[in-house]
Amino acid sequence: MNFEVIREYLPLYQEAAVLTVKLGVLGIIFALLIGLACALVQYYKVPVIRRIVAAYIEISRNTPLMIQLFFIYYGLPKIGIRTSPEVCGVAGLAFLGGSYMAEAFRSGLNSVEAIQTESAFSLGMNRVQAFFYVILPQAAATSMPPVVANVIFLLKETSIFSAVSLMDLMFTAKDLMGIYHDTTECLFLLVVFYLIILLPVSILGSLLERRLRYAGFGA
Amino acid sequence: MGKEDIEDIKEEGQQDGGQAMLSVEHLVKRFGTETILDDISFRVNPGEVLVIVGPSGCGKSTLLRCINALEDVQGGKILLNGLPVAEGGRKSPSVGTKIGMVFQSYDLFPHLNVIDNITLAPCKVLKKKRFLVEAEARELLKRVGLEGKEKSYPRELSGGQKQRVAIVRAMCMHPEILLLDEITAALDPEMVREVLEVVLDLARQGMTMLIVTHEMSFARAIATKVMMISDGHVVEEGTPEEFFTAPKTARARQFLNTFTYESVR
Repeated sequence: MNFEVIREYLPLYQEAAVLTVKLGVLGIIFALLIGLACALVQYYKVPVIRRIVAAYIEISRNTPLMIQLFFIYYGLPKIGIRTSPEVCGVAGLAFLGGSYMAEAFRSGLNSVEAIQTESAFSLGMNRVQAFFYVILPQAAATSMPPVVANVIFLLKETSIFSAVSLMDLMFTAKDLMGIYHDTTECLFLLVVFYLIILLPVSILGSLLERRLRYAGFGA
Repeated sequence: MGKEDIEDIKEEGQQDGGQAMLSVEHLVKRFGTETILDDISFRVNPGEVLVIVGPSGCGKSTLLRCINALEDVQGGKILLNGLPVAEGGRKSPSVGTKIGMVFQSYDLFPHLNVIDNITLAPCKVLKKKRFLVEAEARELLKRVGLEGKEKSYPRELSGGQKQRVAIVRAMCMHPEILLLDEITAALDPEMVREVLEVVLDLARQGMTMLIVTHEMSFARAIATKVMMISDGHVVEEGTPEEFFTAPKTARARQFLNTFTYESVR
């Protein structure tokens, strides 16, 4: 392994890592919002919209991110919508992640027993109060492990961004390997950078899970 | 329902010589094609303790759930102080927090400790100051023998302790009437006793209650009126003395016999 090469490539990887994290975080935030909205639609069985949500979830979960990105990147301009690769990346991640997050939130919401809502109503709470004070905190604790797993999964999926010519970590590594053939160093840096991004998320996630579990119940 | 209708109902109630707090008139409840409650009518006056008994599946719990507007009804009326308890399938705002209920299964909020379980609704629904509610809650917890359990979570409590917290939680909303739905059914005998002591104490304070129970000696001790339901109908209604010593109907005699073992000796 040539450390001189690694030192030389480091700034390029740093730049790529910043892009990966930036787009990843944005995509995940949107995925969380979409997921929560979809889970609520399904939980409260909103007529018609819940069918649309169900269809979206099936399409989103059963097609690869690569194909979804191609649709957004090459397909949307054909109907007159032109966007930057960055927007495509975020949109693709949000589209894919939304369904995974929806399922995570839904399992959490469904795990809260009906009697909880009923006793909230019996204490005079309205639907909104029952949701925010009683259902959501319990659902969040159950949903936390799958949500954390999804966050890590989506961050890893950003490696597909190179397919729409985004200069992310994967793109940078492939690019450098193609030009200079320093395969060992390039792949080593790639692994290290993904670990730097993902390990803290993973550790933070398990801490959060434990905190939620011990603070409340079921421990 | 228009204002005139409500006035009519109020007058009706007064004509019947009742200052009835709760009146149920010709209540019909169906699940699909199955009729659970068929033409149930009764009244509860302030300070009364009505105990509802009957075999499992006879509709006792459903009746309480209808009164608390947790179920929609297919016929008849349920009025609290002359006003309907449900509007458009939900508890009507005028009734709001006037009906309290404690369930058979422990319904405490598992993510909140005892004091937060109790203070949540008074603070958020009645917009009371937390320190006031907390002081009241501590006082009531002490009264039911749960001093020092304020910071415990429901999972750290026994079944009997949980039910006592649930009663305190309901009482802190200052309901006019309290519905108790087989609150001791999931408890072992010693815990049954500690929970029922609390309910007896409430009765002594003049709390109006509607109690569904299988504890016959408790029913006899606490009731001002006993009503037996079987197959969705009111079979018999009377004072506890009448009902337990000289039941009028064969169905009631048969039911009460299941609680004694003299005949099998």
